[in-house]
Amino acid sequence: MRAQEVVERTLAAATHLHGCVVLVRESSEAVLRWANSTMTTNGHTTSGRVTVIAMVAGEGGTAAGVVSSSASITDVAQLDALVRAAEAAARDAGPARDATALVEPSTSDSGWDEPAVETSIGVFGTFADGLAEVLAGPQRQYGFASHDITTTWLGTSSGLRRRWVQPTGSVELNAKTPDLGSSAWTGASTTDFADIDVVALAAEAGRRLEWGRRKIELPAGRYETLLPPAAVADLMIDLMWSMTGRPAQEGRSAFAGKVGERLTDLPLTLVSDPAAKGLETEPFLTTSASEDGVSVFDNGVPTRAVEWVREGVVNELTYSRAEAAEFGTSFTPGGDNVLLTGGSTATGQEMVASTGRGLLLTCLWYIRVVDPATLLVTGLTRDGVYLVEGGEVVAEVDHNFRFNYSLLDVLRRAGEVGATERTLPREWKDWFTRAAMPHVRVPEFNMSSVSLGR
Amino acid sequence: MASDRIDPGFRALPLEAMADAALGRARELGAQHADVRVEQIVSQEIELRDGTVTGVSDSTTLGLAVRVIVDGVWGFASHVELTPARAAATAERAVQVARTLAPVAKERVERADEPVHAGAVWVSKYRIDPFTVPTREKVELLTEWSQRLLAADGIDHVRAGVAQVRENKFYADLTGTSTIQQRVRIAPTFDATSVDRASGGFESMRTIAPPTGRGWEYLTGEGWDWDAELATVPELLAEKIKAPSVVAGAYDLVIDPTNLWLTIHESVGHATEYDRAIGYEAAYAGTSFATPDKLGTLRYGSEVMHVTGDRTVPHGLATVGFDDDGVATSEWDLVRAGVLVGYQLDRTFATRLGLERSNGCAYADSPHHVPIQRMANVSLRPDPVQDTSTDELIAGVERGIYVVGDRSWSIDMQRYNFQFTGQRFYSIENGKLAGQLRDVAYQATTTDFWGSMDAVGGPSTWVLHGAMNCGKAQPGQIAPVSHGCPSARFRGVNVLNTQEEAQ
Repeated sequence: MRAQEVVERTLAAATHLHGCVVLVRESSEAVLRWANSTMTTNGHTTSGRVTVIAMVAGEGGTAAGVVSSSASITDVAQLDALVRAAEAAARDAGPARDATALVEPSTSDSGWDEPAVETSIGVFGTFADGLAEVLAGPQRQYGFASHDITTTWLGTSSGLRRRWVQPTGSVELNAKTPDLGSSAWTGASTTDFADIDVVALAAEAGRRLEWGRRKIELPAGRYETLLPPAAVADLMIDLMWSMTGRPAQEGRSAFAGKVGERLTDLPLTLVSDPAAKGLETEPFLTTSASEDGVSVFDNGVPTRAVEWVREGVVNELTYSRAEAAEFGTSFTPGGDNVLLTGGSTATGQEMVASTGRGLLLTCLWYIRVVDPATLLVTGLTRDGVYLVEGGEVVAEVDHNFRFNYSLLDVLRRAGEVGATERTLPREWKDWFTRAAMPHVRVPEFNMSSVSLGR
Repeated sequence: MASDRIDPGFRALPLEAMADAALGRARELGAQHADVRVEQIVSQEIELRDGTVTGVSDSTTLGLAVRVIVDGVWGFASHVELTPARAAATAERAVQVARTLAPVAKERVERADEPVHAGAVWVSKYRIDPFTVPTREKVELLTEWSQRLLAADGIDHVRAGVAQVRENKFYADLTGTSTIQQRVRIAPTFDATSVDRASGGFESMRTIAPPTGRGWEYLTGEGWDWDAELATVPELLAEKIKAPSVVAGAYDLVIDPTNLWLTIHESVGHATEYDRAIGYEAAYAGTSFATPDKLGTLRYGSEVMHVTGDRTVPHGLATVGFDDDGVATSEWDLVRAGVLVGYQLDRTFATRLGLERSNGCAYADSPHHVPIQRMANVSLRPDPVQDTSTDELIAGVERGIYVVGDRSWSIDMQRYNFQFTGQRFYSIENGKLAGQLRDVAYQATTTDFWGSMDAVGGPSTWVLHGAMNCGKAQPGQIAPVSHGCPSARFRGVNVLNTQEEAQ
């Protein structure tokens, strides 16, 4: 059954309810994976999911229940069953604190009737040729390239019909010397792979392996550190994910009482913007679960640019419409892209050139919150820590470091911030790929211990 | 009869007909190996905040997968439509994938043999299928838990919830193996938060109950004493808030199973995955310091360290009758007397390691994913000779810390350097507990840490803990896994003060 028909027939089966939201998602994904310089698992998969959210009026208020299924829909009886199950779940859940009227239609998408947009293994056409060349090279290559296109149709009993096509693509290249003594990483996010030059990415990884010709051991301690965009992205995503309104209002968050507080004199702005060029995300909200900051009742509400930090000052936290009303503030959706701007025009190379002595990182790994009150996180450096002296990389550090550092301090203590560029957050890539970040110089990054892992 | 317990909706699917269609087609097209997997995964999540439901969500994943080996090359395809015709077409696609990949596949697949298991039925050990319990009853129980906590002094906010999964797998292959299985798992959670508006601080404490391969009976007291824990968490949290901050330095640690399971998971479980050890996960999950050239010689830990892998322990989250290679599951040694002696394997890796049979670690988290080698239940054996209690372990410490419950965790790509926090830390002075401490994290290198283990508790201290959602591979797959362990004692472990680390 076509997605549009699934939406209409489900809503038709739900007219007796107080309200109903139907989300149909159809995804296709093409992937290439390689290790030890040979392809390991490649594939092309398609999948779909129908989610029905039933709103039921009862004593004490409106309740919501959510049911979803990946089964292929061949019979309208399946949709009736989903509506009944969602209705039952709503009745059992009882009144929802986030109950709000469903949003009325204000714009329509001309593409509503269009079918799903699909990717295919063909998206890797020229990329695959380049990759073959890279795999034939002298280094040991490991990596993953994926391209996913998800088409979402959202229909509500209030008459809203929206469709959105979200392409998500990324490539990660991990090159190691034949003796496995050095490891380097490069990565990029993309919408269609047309802009990915895998040979150039491999050359950059190769240049970093060259830096490893000279190795040096360094003790744990506090180092001036150049965080590259990929590392900054992971830290800023973590920061953004902790910027939820309700916990702050209730005093159980590091952001309690922090809105309006200046973090830095640098004019840094951390923003999620659905219209950011090349990083576009859904212009309307879709969700299949309510939690702090987001509500199933808000499906279809237009998203907007949210400035989490504005010119150095903590500015906005997420609120669903119901929470915004409860706390006397405005609806603030979470973001699916993130940009940090307001730095200089300096490139990474220029910032290396202006470094007396410091560490240049490649990326971070296994980042976890240690203390939610201070937003202290721990994690590891990964695939290349380089010593910079007199404006040049002079050696590769022959191990990694475990760091402990507060996410807030990345902005509070930033000494220099360079030009913003598109990057790939390595740690959170499975969930979040759309980021543009600068290099950030932190004067005393806390390298808590030496990790012998390479 | 085990077969009577299999979900009737799953049994009613044309399983044998789909298998015959897919396997027949694959054989016709020249596949040397073919297997069909039909899966139905039903899950429900219920979440409450401050005694009110924030979400009830039910979800079902259904599909069939066909995997083939054609001239030594893998092919895989899946579909959501469960008919014999679609199964045959999916087999054709899988063969096509194998033939397409043949020119770029440098390696030819060889797999360890496995006896034929025809018509096998396996059901996990649970009493009450959570999906037979009315949702309203579940909501009422969680509401009651929340209210008990909210009524206690000093508790400002409470979260409670439960995740439940029922997984059905049908597997059939060209050798004649055919299995149908059902397993159930459940993860109840709650946490209580205390807010100090005056100081701007807050602190929380979570249940230390494990997720488990049990049914709804788990929430009504079978396998965990919820009433006792709900009654004590508020006072434990109050004590934690007033506790002194730890002085950083080296301490002897006695680690409770509710914390140690996660350290085992990260520093032994992942490190003894064969695919990691030979580089398959190098760009993502990482590799392992415990490489195959060190098998039989690597000193992993002290003499009292005996770690097993199994997919058989009752209520284990990785426990199953047959894996996704059609292999009957078992238990085996990974570390014996402190020395690395084994790996977790599937049929391909068993051959690579020179073994005749796989130990059954193939698993796919969905019908749309390829089975890969995933973690077995990896567990530390208790003292085989005497039933040493946790108190007795503590009695052997002059200045140390007793660690309870897991919280923050992080480990490097080779599984060497780790840092863990916990739910509660107790100061040990002259062999006795002397009140809680705050701001503790312990940090170590895997082999140093396990080398410093001078005693393990006896069987009475043993607890089976675990995780519902261990992640691995690209595209990402999640897997449930349990880890059993006794309390254990470690000498001279580096302890950090997390307030100082944040300075």
